[in-house]
Amino acid sequence: MRLRLVKQNTNFDFFGKWKLWLGISAVLVVLAFGSFLLQGLNYGIDFRGGTTIRTESTQPVDVGEYRDAIGALGLGDITISEVFDPTFGPDQNVAMVRIQAQDGEEAVSVAVIEQVEAALAEVVPDIKFVSVESVGPKVSGELIQTAAIAVLLAIGAVLIYIWLRFEWQFALGAVAALVHDVILTIGIFSELQIKFDLAIIAALLTIVGYSLNDTVVVFDRVRENLVKYKKKDLKEVLNLSINETLSRTFMTSATTLLALIALFVLGGDVIRGFVFAMIWGVIVGTYSSIFVASAILLWLGVKRDWTKPTDTTGNQFANVDA
Amino acid sequence: MLQIDLWKRLLIWITVAVGLVLALPNLFYPRVEQHNDAVAAIELSGESPELLDQASGWPSFLPSGLVNLGLDLRGGAHLLAEVQVQDVYASRLEALWPEVRDVLRPERDTVGTIRLQPSATGELRVRISQPEGMERALELVRGLAQPVVSLTGAMSNDLNVVAEGSDVVVTLSEAEQIATDERTMQQSLEIIRRRIDEVGTREPTIQRQGTDRILIQVPGIGSAAELKEIIGTTAQLTFQPVVGRSDDANASPGVGNEVLPSLDESGVFYILEQAPVVTGEELVDAQPSFDQNGRPAVNFRFNPTGARKFGDYTAANIGNPFAIVLDNEVISAPVIQSHIPGGSGIITGNFSVEESTQLAVLLRAGALPAGLEFLEERTIGPELGQDSIDAGRIATLVAFAAVLVFMTLSYGLFGVFANIALIINIALIFGLLSAIGATLTLPGIAGIVLTVGMAVDANVLIFERIREELKTAKGPARAIELGYEKALSAILDANITTFITAVILFVMGSGPVRGFAITLGLGILTSVFTAIYVTRLLIVMWFERRRPKTIEV
Repeated sequence: MRLRLVKQNTNFDFFGKWKLWLGISAVLVVLAFGSFLLQGLNYGIDFRGGTTIRTESTQPVDVGEYRDAIGALGLGDITISEVFDPTFGPDQNVAMVRIQAQDGEEAVSVAVIEQVEAALAEVVPDIKFVSVESVGPKVSGELIQTAAIAVLLAIGAVLIYIWLRFEWQFALGAVAALVHDVILTIGIFSELQIKFDLAIIAALLTIVGYSLNDTVVVFDRVRENLVKYKKKDLKEVLNLSINETLSRTFMTSATTLLALIALFVLGGDVIRGFVFAMIWGVIVGTYSSIFVASAILLWLGVKRDWTKPTDTTGNQFANVDA
Repeated sequence: MLQIDLWKRLLIWITVAVGLVLALPNLFYPRVEQHNDAVAAIELSGESPELLDQASGWPSFLPSGLVNLGLDLRGGAHLLAEVQVQDVYASRLEALWPEVRDVLRPERDTVGTIRLQPSATGELRVRISQPEGMERALELVRGLAQPVVSLTGAMSNDLNVVAEGSDVVVTLSEAEQIATDERTMQQSLEIIRRRIDEVGTREPTIQRQGTDRILIQVPGIGSAAELKEIIGTTAQLTFQPVVGRSDDANASPGVGNEVLPSLDESGVFYILEQAPVVTGEELVDAQPSFDQNGRPAVNFRFNPTGARKFGDYTAANIGNPFAIVLDNEVISAPVIQSHIPGGSGIITGNFSVEESTQLAVLLRAGALPAGLEFLEERTIGPELGQDSIDAGRIATLVAFAAVLVFMTLSYGLFGVFANIALIINIALIFGLLSAIGATLTLPGIAGIVLTVGMAVDANVLIFERIREELKTAKGPARAIELGYEKALSAILDANITTFITAVILFVMGSGPVRGFAITLGLGILTSVFTAIYVTRLLIVMWFERRRPKTIEV
């Protein structure tokens, strides 16, 4: 007996209320964007400049005590948080101390770090500084710029590729789904105030890749069915294609999620934010390839007859089926 | 129908075998690492029984390439430094003053007396007392200019010489500035590399980034601060004539002179001539040693030109003090007792043994042509790195096991084929990573885990397609063939798009992000290969042997 996530020959009606789905997605995007504008992201030092010190000690972390020790130094905004993780040993108490970039300093100040370390060592004698990271404001500004360019470039490259391989309507649908995924991910990071650093940009780009992977598989089937069922309504063709690929969609999402959840639980706190972004991305990406990408395709309409080559038939790359 | 040519089969198996052999050393990481270190040590300093013993821990006929562990996994220090390229302009112009003086002096009748003026950085200002002679003065100073050799090939001179009132103002031309920046960067890279090599750590990364930045990553070093001590010091050594001593930091030194503090006597300042007699650039060797009183000191030796200059100067100035200056601090100012012809000497001061050793290292490696400003520094403790490796390893194994079980439950025998392909896939990723000497970072591990999840996608696509084809096609062989055929375009499109994002990440990203892009990109390549060729070959081989009338996928 085989394990089946989706039973054979499903016939769900995905597009009965396609306008509603698109509407919901639009509202979600607006909400996420609003959260981003109102609350802003909790940028890590990669993007904001400053220093983070990760401490480890056998004594329980007393955030107040840490704050008093460092507060006396007058270094401006300081964030101290205790880190909990199931992978820690019993006597492993970890805290993160974040110090803002000091005014008027382009480079990183060793003196500041030494002061903080000395102050903490006085309060907690056995404290260890397992990692110290500083980024000067000059670099952090550039990092955020490069990151934004990377995401835009990725979306642009994908737009062009899908346009070459399919039709412009497909490209628009896929890119709308991508933008939807990226904005929702940024939205949840701003809503939950999870630290947003360089690694999250990598996660965002992976989400772009994954969501696309999913969308392309559905579109590939749509393309095939458009040729096969010339008489069928576009809505029916889309619905049929999604039902046909539904089993695969769930299988792939399930295996990927299985792997990611293992990493989320067991992979340690250093990459948890990163893995969270990807889990979220897989879920949103799967949703969007059906309810955003395909719905937009339905909305835009698409050329039906793929068999006769005409001047408007995509272009010479459209039939490269390796 | 279901046929794969023999040569194709061989090629597939050979590829898999090569990948597996390349990945093999990573299973015995510590042993292979020891072997590699020992081999490197033997090459460097000859054989010793101990080293040979360590080297024999891994057979030399097997590949010994390992996946480099990134700083976040191994611990170490990371620095991003900006080279202050403008520093060089000032010292270039400073060194020009004696030359300018020498060409103008014989023409005193036309230009009058010549005086160095205090000038802004990046220019040399010389006043002549007879402005009528300006034409001649400009002509003479311009004669000092030399053509710039640049890649663009545009012919231009290295100096801009203009008149401002009765001043001759010399600046570096734009072409020369660009050429100088380039040289400064090359030199800085070389010198940082030499200094780190002198300290002898494993596999440091020293990379140029952009026009004026250098990225330095040294695994295994205690902290970024420690690293900065080694590379942050410019170590510019000069020997300068002493004009006088003062206890006032703001004493006016007079034109062409400068006031510098003493290194170990606080409140003591020396007034020195700015133009040095000899500089550290002309040193050929420096070794830690002890002076006649048994205190730590540094022995040095000049090259022939340096030795001649030093010899001439000492011969002409017996009884006068001269200063040994390191990075604008006077280490000592001994009085010249006699002519020193041999070109070697000793620097004494209040050194500890460590300090004299470090100074010797710095002098030997050479001075940085310009100062460094640190824009980014990260220290990752080895414990944190080890924790991350452990967590990553467990997570990967669990993810792997979960996917294997899930695939077997879903697709039965075909699932097992996909699992074999998945194992080969992971091995291939490690093989490729080792072969290209890529660096594995924590996000890189996440990339591998993601690949584990996504690698089965291609197989899922094929298997689902075979299921569909089984409903309509005539017989299992045809269904399998059609399944592969029709799933191909979806597999390629899906993976190419993901690959595009991996490439963009690689190009735009840095550090850990780049590590992620590498594993993701390689993972896509290997998973397409294993899905299209390896599982297919497995299925075909099984099919040929069994010839089943019906199959269940």
